[in-house]
This record gives sequence, C-alpha cells and structure tokens, in this order.
Amino acid sequence: MKKSTILFLATLSFYAFMNHGGGIYKTNTGNISFYSHTPIEDIRAVNHKVKTAFSSESGQLQFSCLIKDFEFKKALMQEHFNENYMESTTFPKATFNGNIKSIAAIDFSKDGTYTSEVIGKLTIKDVSKEVATTGTFVVSNGVVNAKATFNVNPYDFNVKIPKMVAPKISKSIEISVDSDYTHNH
Amino acid sequence: MRNFIYNFHLKFQLIAVLIAFNGYVFSQDLNLIDDNDTEEKTYTIATFKTNRIVNGHSIETFAKNEFDFKISHRFGIVNNGFYDLFGLDQASMRMGGDFGITDNLNIGFGRSTVEKTYDGFVKYKFLKQSIGPKPIPLTGVFMSHMGINTLKWSHPERNNLFSSRLHFTHQLLLARKFSKNFSAQITPTLTHLNIVKNNNLSNDVFSVGIGARQKLFTRVSVNFEYFYVFPDQLESNSSNALSMGFDIETGGHVFQLFFTNAYSPFEKGFITDTKGKWIDGDVRFGFNIARIFDF
Repeated sequence: MKKSTILFLATLSFYAFMNHGGGIYKTNTGNISFYSHTPIEDIRAVNHKVKTAFSSESGQLQFSCLIKDFEFKKALMQEHFNENYMESTTFPKATFNGNIKSIAAIDFSKDGTYTSEVIGKLTIKDVSKEVATTGTFVVSNGVVNAKATFNVNPYDFNVKIPKMVAPKISKSIEISVDSDYTHNH
Repeated sequence: MRNFIYNFHLKFQLIAVLIAFNGYVFSQDLNLIDDNDTEEKTYTIATFKTNRIVNGHSIETFAKNEFDFKISHRFGIVNNGFYDLFGLDQASMRMGGDFGITDNLNIGFGRSTVEKTYDGFVKYKFLKQSIGPKPIPLTGVFMSHMGINTLKWSHPERNNLFSSRLHFTHQLLLARKFSKNFSAQITPTLTHLNIVKNNNLSNDVFSVGIGARQKLFTRVSVNFEYFYVFPDQLESNSSNALSMGFDIETGGHVFQLFFTNAYSPFEKGFITDTKGKWIDGDVRFGFNIARIFDF
C-alpha cells in the first residue's frame, strides 16, 4: 500500500512538473489583419485582441480570435462581414494550431532575429485547412515578436459570396500576423 | 486477496504514469491559451437590414459619416386592375437622405409628392441590446419627425398661419433581436397635427406600431408592420396602416419591396391619413431603394 501511495504521489508530481515545464510565451493582444485587394475595392480589417501562445520547447503555436473583433474602417462593411459572410454569431472564433519547425534553433535567452517554417491547421467557420508560411521571430529583452504572412481563399472556408459582389472580394486574401509574446512563468 | 488488490493498484499506477508521459511527449493538442472566454460585452448588430421596417423607422441608425440616399414609391391601388397596370400608373414619391452624425445620432431630410411635404427627423439611440456581463435585452431609440405641408392654401382669402402647415411625430422605438433571424419592434407613437378638419378630431393622435422581420436567406428578409391608432381620434373612414414586404440586400443597396394600404411615405401621413382597407383590396405596391455612401 505504501509503495502504491509513493507511486501515486510520484505520478502527480511528475504530471505537475511536466505541465509546468517552462517556456510558454503568450499574449492576449496579438494582431491579425487581412487585406483583400481587387481592382474595384481594397478591404482591410484588423483585430488587436488575438490570444496566442507558443511553447519554446515543443514549438507548438496557437492562435484564437473572435471574428467580431475585426475592425473595419466602414461600419457597414463590418456589419456585413459579421452578419453575411462570417456568420459570427454561429461561428464566433477563428483558430490556428500548429508548429514552429525550427524552434530548437531559436535562442530565447539572447537577442536576435530568427526565421522558421510554421505549419498548422487554420480553422475558420468550422472548416480546417493546413497552412504553411515562414515566420520571423525577433527576440529582444526577453520579448519575442513574431510576424508572418500567408494567403487564404475565402471559398475554402465556406464563405458564401454572391456573384454580384464576387469581383470585389479577392480569392487570395492576405493575412498578416504580428504579436509580441512575453514569457509566462 | 490483499496481494491481488495491491498488484492491481501497482499496475494501474504504472499504466497511469505511462499514459501521462505518453500524452506529454506526443500530444499536439496541449491548450496553451486560456480560451475560456471571460465573457465580453457584445452589442447586437443588424436587428433590421436598414433604418425602416416598411413605412416606419426601425431602431437601426447609420454609423458616423454614413449617408443613406433613399427613394421611396407607393403606387396606386392594385384592385383598379389592368387598366392602371395594377396601380403602377400613379405613384407617390419621397426622395431623401439620412445621415449619421454619430453612430447613435442620426438626422434625415426628405421631400414627398404627398402634400408637397418637406420633412426631417432626429433619431437617437439611447439603449443597445447586448450580451455578456450586464446584458441589455432591448435596443431603444427616440425618433422625432417634423413635416411641412407646402400645398397652396385651399382658402387663400383666409388668414392662414404657417404653423397650420406643420405636423410632428414622436416615437419610442423598442426592439429586440430574438435570434439571428427574427427581430421584433414595438413603437409607441404620438402624432401632433397643428390643424385638423373639425372640432371632433383630436390634434394629438396616439398610436402604437408593431414590426417584425424574419430572415429567409442571408440577404433576404420578410418584414411586417402595423400601426394601431387608438379609437376615436381620426375620421371614421380611416384605417390602420398594415404593410408586408421583403428586404433584399446587395452590398451597399437595400431594396424594400412591399404591399401596404398607406399612400404616404412619412409618419403623419401613413399613421393618420390612411384610408385604404386591405379587405377591400385597397392595397398598393411600393418600394424603398437605399444606397449608402461613406464619407
């Protein structure tokens, strides 16, 4: 019985230790913007309330943001974005879960600039798609700034665009990510 | 027996350790983000597609610096038949523009063929439906409308006063978006007529409007609107304005196509001057076309 108790405690502490295994960098004020360019109209929006974190050990990287937090210059566009295109009451969030491939090459204790391939699953309107891009990581005073850009096709994510409006919305929307991560103890 | 239980425990613990370790090393689905949303206050948007339900105002206001150009037609009565092409030979028309001074404060002006009326309104949103902490179940708007009848005096020889040309309508608009597709509104209304035809009619006319919209598709909704005028205020042949129609949205345009028994496109007109009865087929086809410009 005693042995089993020890084992039990060992399991618990092991668990606790593993989950605490430092190296989580996170922020709740990451930025994601998108830009749709067509000859007829340019559309931009930005979200400043993105939750994102990565593990400096495993390289796992996550993003989560609310669709309604995307801010447009034109209020009517924002309304149509939420109401007609993204249906944000039904699908409130967009998420990304992926990996920083060359995480081991980044030295978080030293200032410097690094690049790494980032691959993962982007989920919008409950549709998941693999995306890959190159991320730039700038370590400065313990803060990690990460930037990346990639393109998505709205038709891949079940965004329905009426024929009349289709020429105004790009089939390759540029998404830019820019976040300052701080170490989480 | 005791030994058996002990062994069982030991094995169980070992398995647990292995599972835990396994999970750590190979799992890609650790949750790094605390994503249990600390619920944020979220204001309801798009209760209605535009700032009119059919004839009357909805709780929607235009955002700051948005200008909405509106052209409204109500045709002749449908049951005159083919000779009038079901009423299309005649039409009343209002041309106007609504403007967002702030997101909550709007003004609008217009000119109607009916009684050659110039009209204007001020609209203020004082309450916004929201979810999250301290949720608010309703959106509330106050709307004040004034119209000026500019027809030539029917008795120019009399001592006519300019004030006789004026009429006012004040409304409290309360609406709730019940689901993403269904919204409803109740609109207590006071219309003040500076002049009435005879002493039996009252200058202040109380009414209550009800309106609703049900979305059929993302960009199409069916709308209903009814203004109930409390009895003994108007001429006995008056009737209540009942309207039904569709909103069709195409980017910056909203088309509202409807049937109504009201001829007049402004508040005093459709609330107090409606004579047509649906039951007699005194129904008109009408539409509002709106185009938003952004400054």
